Amino acid sequence: MSVASASRTEPLTVIALPDLAATDRFAGLVAGRARHGDVIGLAGELGTGKTTFARAFIRALAGADEEVPSPTFTLLQTYDSRAGPIYHFDLYRLVAPDEAWELGIEEAFAHGISLIEWPERLGPLLPEDTLCLTLRAAAGGDPNARGVEVSCGPSWRDRMAAVCADMGQADDD
Amino acid sequence: MPNVTTSVEDADLRVLGIETSCDETAAAVVAGDRRILAERLLSQLAEHQPYGGIVPEIAARAHLDHLDRLIEEAMAEAGLGFADLHGVAATGGPGLIGGLMVGMTMAKAIAAVHGLPLLAVNHLEGHALSARLTDGTAFPYLLLLVSGGHCQLVIVEAVGRYRRLGTTIDDAIGECFDKAAKMLGLGYPGGPAVERAAADGDAARFALPRPLKGRPGCDFSFSGLKTAVRHTIEALPPGRLSHQDVADLCASFQAAVADSLEDRCGNAIKIFRDRHPEANSLVVAGGVAANGYLRTRLSRLAKASGLDLVAPPQALCTDNAAMIAWAGIERLRAGLTDELDFAAKPRWPLGAAELES
Repeated sequence: MSVASASRTEPLTVIALPDLAATDRFAGLVAGRARHGDVIGLAGELGTGKTTFARAFIRALAGADEEVPSPTFTLLQTYDSRAGPIYHFDLYRLVAPDEAWELGIEEAFAHGISLIEWPERLGPLLPEDTLCLTLRAAAGGDPNARGVEVSCGPSWRDRMAAVCADMGQADDD
Repeated sequence: MPNVTTSVEDADLRVLGIETSCDETAAAVVAGDRRILAERLLSQLAEHQPYGGIVPEIAARAHLDHLDRLIEEAMAEAGLGFADLHGVAATGGPGLIGGLMVGMTMAKAIAAVHGLPLLAVNHLEGHALSARLTDGTAFPYLLLLVSGGHCQLVIVEAVGRYRRLGTTIDDAIGECFDKAAKMLGLGYPGGPAVERAAADGDAARFALPRPLKGRPGCDFSFSGLKTAVRHTIEALPPGRLSHQDVADLCASFQAAVADSLEDRCGNAIKIFRDRHPEANSLVVAGGVAANGYLRTRLSRLAKASGLDLVAPPQALCTDNAAMIAWAGIERLRAGLTDELDFAAKPRWPLGAAELES
């Protein structure tokens, strides 16, 4: 993934998500530490669970009953949450980064939490301080098993260390 | 608020409709007696094809570049001046905000200058009511809306009265077709490409999941099926997929989609029948309704349930302005006009329209 460029990959951690429940828990923990102005990139091939992660993240902040359809067709869905507005982008159909201006990325970056599927399509417009999660299918019995590569900018380092610690504790329970 | 002309006979109503919510720029003039007096549609599909999808920046610019001319041509073909209209309807959502604003602003300008009622139409309502334009279908009926962005089962009781029974909890059905096609190296849009490839395929070769089949309720889910297609491709010998592999996988995929649709629609038909024992129509709308295999399966299901399958012609199943103009006529008759400060809504579930009743 072009997004996981060297400047953003330190430190790189891989977190195992053996099933959907683990993905939900991980998304909830990240959501719990997300704040105004955050940008979270969700990378990975088709069918690796980017929208599934986003759905769990949004529901953790906007309520379990929130409908979270795939934004592929609409390119952007917005939600009100207790952490402020959430902008859920899907840039799958974008070709040039400039096209994202049309979707109001400036406003999203300034006024809320941005979840961005296919973040590599943003190219240089992706902020330096982005949390990038790259989802990959993992071997094993459960077809929903995933490994998520974490790379992040400075403001995320302590927060993601805490999330990783929480994930580890949950595994120990 | 401009005065809604009540003295005009219903059949003589003339409404201009504008559709710019996604990748089509369209204008149409429709009459109260269900005649489409003129229709102009510029599909941006050709512009999008190289990219495998919709490019929003191009879409908004193209709407802006072409809408004037399309409206002018439609009015000329209808032989009308703006003063002859009884209302101006435009898609107010859901959709891409840039495109919606182009269409709404145009409609507001025409309405303001000529003192006409403005009708902000929910795009889904346009699809929901299109069978009344094409087939004169009477309320109530059960609607299956299947398109690139939507997958819903709705009881259409009256103008502004929609009871949503189910929706997709993840991906829309057309999106699932597009993404499966992409993974198989087929073209865009994915629906026709998959259907063509499936024609020579063996639907029994690959065991794919039937999402939510056998579960209560009327919701849909297609994300797991998409993932299963990816797993299936990965499990095949590495290298280029053979023609037969692609054909068999497309056929298996289509059969899985049809089984799932049939199951969910079956549940919806039971609910619909309980509430409206006198009703007799299942309407299928949206671009995916063009798929011949799915249509055949739905037709069989409808027949077995004692319902008639109503499928508007293809041009009126996909996004178009005639359905927006028609929904405008229906709303005008119901007195549901909008103020000029109506704000376009990128997110606008059809269920919200229930609040109006």
